[in-house]
Amino acid sequence: MACCTPRIAALIAIGAKGLYLPLKELRRKGTAMNWISNYVRPRINSIFSRRETPENLWSKCDECGTMLFHRELSGNLNVCTSCGHHMAITARDRFEALFDGGIFTEVDVPQPVADPLQFKDQKKYPDRMKAAQKDTGEKEAMLVAEGEIGRTPIIAACQDFSFMAGSMGMYVGNAIIAAAQRAVDTGKPLVLFSAAGGARMQEGILSLMQMPRTTVAVQMLKEAGLPYIVVLTHPTTGGVTASYAMLGDVQIAEPNALICFAGPRVIAQTIGEKLPEGFQRAEYLLEHGMLDRVTKRTEMKAELVQIIRMLMHMPPPVMGDLPKPDSAELIEPDVEAADTDASDGEPADTSKAEDVKE
Amino acid sequence: MNYLDFEKPLAELEGKAEELRAIARANEEAHVEDEAAALDQKAADLLVELYGSLTPWRKCQVARHPERPHCSDYLSNIFTDYTPLAGDRGFADDHAVMGGLARFKDRPVVVIGQDKGNDTATRIERNFGMARPEGYRKAIRLMEMASKFNLPVVTLVDTPGAYPGKGAEERGQSEAIARSTEMCLQIGVPLVSVIIGEGGSGGAVAFATGNKLAMLEHSVYSVISPEGCASILWKDSDKMREAAEALRLTAQDLQKLGVVDRIVDEPLGGAHRDRAATMDSVSNTIAAMLDDLQGMDAAALIKARREKFLAMGSKGLAA
Ligand SMILES: [Zn+2]
Repeated sequence: MACCTPRIAALIAIGAKGLYLPLKELRRKGTAMNWISNYVRPRINSIFSRRETPENLWSKCDECGTMLFHRELSGNLNVCTSCGHHMAITARDRFEALFDGGIFTEVDVPQPVADPLQFKDQKKYPDRMKAAQKDTGEKEAMLVAEGEIGRTPIIAACQDFSFMAGSMGMYVGNAIIAAAQRAVDTGKPLVLFSAAGGARMQEGILSLMQMPRTTVAVQMLKEAGLPYIVVLTHPTTGGVTASYAMLGDVQIAEPNALICFAGPRVIAQTIGEKLPEGFQRAEYLLEHGMLDRVTKRTEMKAELVQIIRMLMHMPPPVMGDLPKPDSAELIEPDVEAADTDASDGEPADTSKAEDVKE
Repeated sequence: MNYLDFEKPLAELEGKAEELRAIARANEEAHVEDEAAALDQKAADLLVELYGSLTPWRKCQVARHPERPHCSDYLSNIFTDYTPLAGDRGFADDHAVMGGLARFKDRPVVVIGQDKGNDTATRIERNFGMARPEGYRKAIRLMEMASKFNLPVVTLVDTPGAYPGKGAEERGQSEAIARSTEMCLQIGVPLVSVIIGEGGSGGAVAFATGNKLAMLEHSVYSVISPEGCASILWKDSDKMREAAEALRLTAQDLQKLGVVDRIVDEPLGGAHRDRAATMDSVSNTIAAMLDDLQGMDAAALIKARREKFLAMGSKGLAA
């Protein structure tokens, strides 16, 4: 690590300071705020832990190579502000941006039996799980939530590619079933964001059985006459594509997302020839009739609101900034204050971070 | 006879016995019958030993045996009046998928299956049992017809997986598989499946999502081939034995996991060593599975199918 200079140590210290201050601020508000600090702190922690390490202050766009300031990038939903390339976004970050005021309630997912096959390759499956949980801070590869988008109530499920490549096992199946059940119980539409390398091999046949299980979930929505909208994000492949991710009433993909059953490498090996430009990318699928739309992440919320409100026979959405829901006002100011505190320190870091990269 | 690698000692014994008999036929003076009989006995003992404890990987090999009875063999042996129906009405007829109307023990049914082919010409024609979207769409069409005319559906599953090709992807391989699985779940008639060889991943699920599932004793059903799993998780495709073990893809493990309802015993040495006996056992199993569903109406069949899959896997190996 030749680049490990005292400057980095300084940056880490600033990051740590940023983390410390707003918490102290919260604590000063006294006992009445305890529930808030209990509730809000994990969120703040996650916001700051991402900024602790210097390499996260700046991200390089893997498409155009532009160096992007982290805050600018996350403010644009991890879409490159220079070339429009869509980078990965966690399920939690996506929900915070999607739901009005960043407010959503998680829907409980029944916990499946752990390591059902007692699977062991070079590592034990439970060890791989623990590592993924530690890396992501998430329990599993799918998050289910309910809330409002543009004051339109929905259930949303989002697959997290950062958790074991978003792979579909019993938990993901349970999550989709729970999401569909909640949608049916409350009469709300389901929006599902897919992202997966495929099935969770460590669950063997039981991962494969999530294809029929999740199809049953889709049928529950169909019977209840509720919209099921799939947003395919990069990458969505294998058994996931060949089940719930292709069964939406409306199929929307993010730009340039890889969407396929068999991956391009496998196909190139099989047919032994070069594949066409853009093969298996969202725009290619749109052209071949496999999708309804390709929509930028930054425009996705507005589009979902518009489509859902028509399918649900609701009046058109109100354009412009809506007042935040009442419940948000209790929590949001503190979080925003925390955010501001942190960013105050950041411009000063900019030059230093540039120095490090050079 | 085509021998698998682990059957090499068996091949030697059976070869020697055959040689002795050839000598005896050429020369009446040679008295080798006792010797040949002894070799036969040895070979028989070895067969019992080998097949009494097949490892998961060896089961994969048996399941893929080139002489194993294929879908077309079952169609001509346990069904009558088989009337193939072709095409997806959109693009093509996929020869990897056979299907149509037939009678099973006199009762009209719709039968659908993948066929791997029995020689070079038919293997190529059948694309080694790897269906393209047209194949799944043909299956969807046939299942819909079965539901409309209240005919039970029998599926015979034998595929390495869906075909990974450029055209297949362009024409919506994923969507076709997803819709076929969906159709399996929504038809209001009995759907029974038998995995007769290889149940390869999503390509198999699209046919096998039924009310009842049986597997031949040495067939396999898996989310990924052991070679594929080995190359991803072990970074070494030669670790297929370990992967086959870990994946729990044998009929016996799958029954423990609650994925498979019945196991069809195979003749000693595998289905290909006694085709007639295999046909009988599969026929009896299909009849028994259809009997199990006797008297259930459309709603009850659909409900039972859903509940079966929703509950599946909830107990792991302890099921
Ligand atoms: Zn860029």
